[in-house]
Amino acid sequence: MRSKAYRPDRPSLLLRVGAFAGLAFMHIPVLIIILYAFTTEDSTYSFPPPGLTLHWFDVAFARSDIWESLTLSLAVAACATAIALVLGTLSAFALARAKFPAKDSLTALFVLPIALPGIITGISLLAAMKFARLDPSFFTIVAGHATFCTVIVYNNVIARLRRLPPSWVEASMDLGADGTQTLRYVLLPQVATAFLAGGMLAFALSFDEIIVTIFTAGKERTLPIWFFNELFRPRDRPVTNVVAVIVIAVTLIPILLAYYLTRPDDEHETAR
Amino acid sequence: MTLRAASTFFYRRPYWYLALLLVPPLLWFGTVYLGSLFALLAQSFYAIDEFTAQIVREPTLATYKQLVTQPANVDIVVRTLGMAIAVTIACAIIALPIATYMARYARGRMKAFFYVGVMLPMWTSYLVKVYAWRLLLAKEGIIAWVLGKLGLMGLLDAALEAPGIGGPSLSSSYIGMFIVFVYMWLPFMILPMAAALERVPGSLLQASADLGARPAQTFRNVVLPLAVPGIAAGSVFTFSLTLGDYIIPSVVGAPGYFIGMMVYVQQGTAGNIPLAAAFSVVPIVLIFIYLSIAKRFGAFDAL
Repeated sequence: MRSKAYRPDRPSLLLRVGAFAGLAFMHIPVLIIILYAFTTEDSTYSFPPPGLTLHWFDVAFARSDIWESLTLSLAVAACATAIALVLGTLSAFALARAKFPAKDSLTALFVLPIALPGIITGISLLAAMKFARLDPSFFTIVAGHATFCTVIVYNNVIARLRRLPPSWVEASMDLGADGTQTLRYVLLPQVATAFLAGGMLAFALSFDEIIVTIFTAGKERTLPIWFFNELFRPRDRPVTNVVAVIVIAVTLIPILLAYYLTRPDDEHETAR
Repeated sequence: MTLRAASTFFYRRPYWYLALLLVPPLLWFGTVYLGSLFALLAQSFYAIDEFTAQIVREPTLATYKQLVTQPANVDIVVRTLGMAIAVTIACAIIALPIATYMARYARGRMKAFFYVGVMLPMWTSYLVKVYAWRLLLAKEGIIAWVLGKLGLMGLLDAALEAPGIGGPSLSSSYIGMFIVFVYMWLPFMILPMAAALERVPGSLLQASADLGARPAQTFRNVVLPLAVPGIAAGSVFTFSLTLGDYIIPSVVGAPGYFIGMMVYVQQGTAGNIPLAAAFSVVPIVLIFIYLSIAKRFGAFDAL
């Protein structure tokens, strides 16, 4: 006879099918794009591809416009990440433990750029640029990116700081360390991986950003803007596919690194 | 002053220390971000001169009046809101089995596999994913191919003939746009939902079973209510992201405008920044209303 006891180790078949089908749904489109980068056919989206080739990679690497956009995107991401690391870490250190009036409003302010849709940030920056009579440039792109990248760094660092027992800092001080020594030997080593992970995520986010960038870029063409324009001019479809694969690679490497830097030490903590 | 003296100075005066830390980020957020938001708000109270097409820099409600009185504009708001709600509900339904499995059943490697499996597509390039769906949904694309092989082409045609949401092909119908939105924001629902389900204590499940509840009853009466804050937190993302998006409606979907597209077109080709600004105030208001509802369901404790 079947036992009716609730056994958490045994998911029902329906649940298992739902979970794996859902996971498959999330991955198939990306896998298809990777497949299309190697197709021999160059005009329609028809499936399945008739043959496979590496030819389009050569074609894409020979294109100067792609290289220009790629280097611009990398430069923007590097600058935005640098600013975000400084601002995000400072605000996380300020808001992690301290209690002061207006703290809640400050916390809300620091997460607003990702709580509101990107288009709001974009159109706001554009409106401000019109008021200030500022022309779009490399620097306006960086300013926009740094704003939401700061939130990512802030979230990572503050999560780590909150997990840190306050007694550690007190112990360090009791043992005669001054503030800088406590920072150097106690806080920084603990925060280092969260800091790095935040930077990686910020870099990936900036490299891939389009929604805000369109408003602040003017005539500059980051790689996502190049890609977006291609979507409406589908004449170089095979090259677009290759760029898609490059973009996936450039963003996924920092994401995976960030994951391994911040994953919990104990993977079996379900039973808590 | 030595470093040690300086650090002691700041340790004894926590407010000075706080100020030292907070000044750079506050300067940045205060000028770049808040300053911009105020600039946006200010622009929405200007109006465009109908004859010269120049922006008249005098405070007026004319632009808002235009927004709420023209039926076409109201349609855009209603259409976007309807899509955001539909997408949020669909995401919650699809996310539930995935989040339940990864949080409550998967162990060790399988659990890591699921978490990485949800995170990877979430962080995969936004545009590449949109582009992928353009290929998938195209008339000769993979979905049509698979359905053709399965002999289910009739089903697709019937769906596309549905009034209001259909269209000539999946890539130019609201059904297609809906699928893409659900796909794009699904991980944002799964992760907070799984986090909430992880926090349900095992002892509650045992207690429920000891009291004679069947697994389905335990799930409905114990697990699900405790997952509500996670669902509310996830729904904030799916709702907000759908409201503001303008790339997806312009790449996939029917010709009807969405709020984001309207903002984009008005600031760009139409050159009507005041109307674009007024239109972008709509999602801000809707999201604040939504946040206050989500807060009641404990969304902020689950973020």
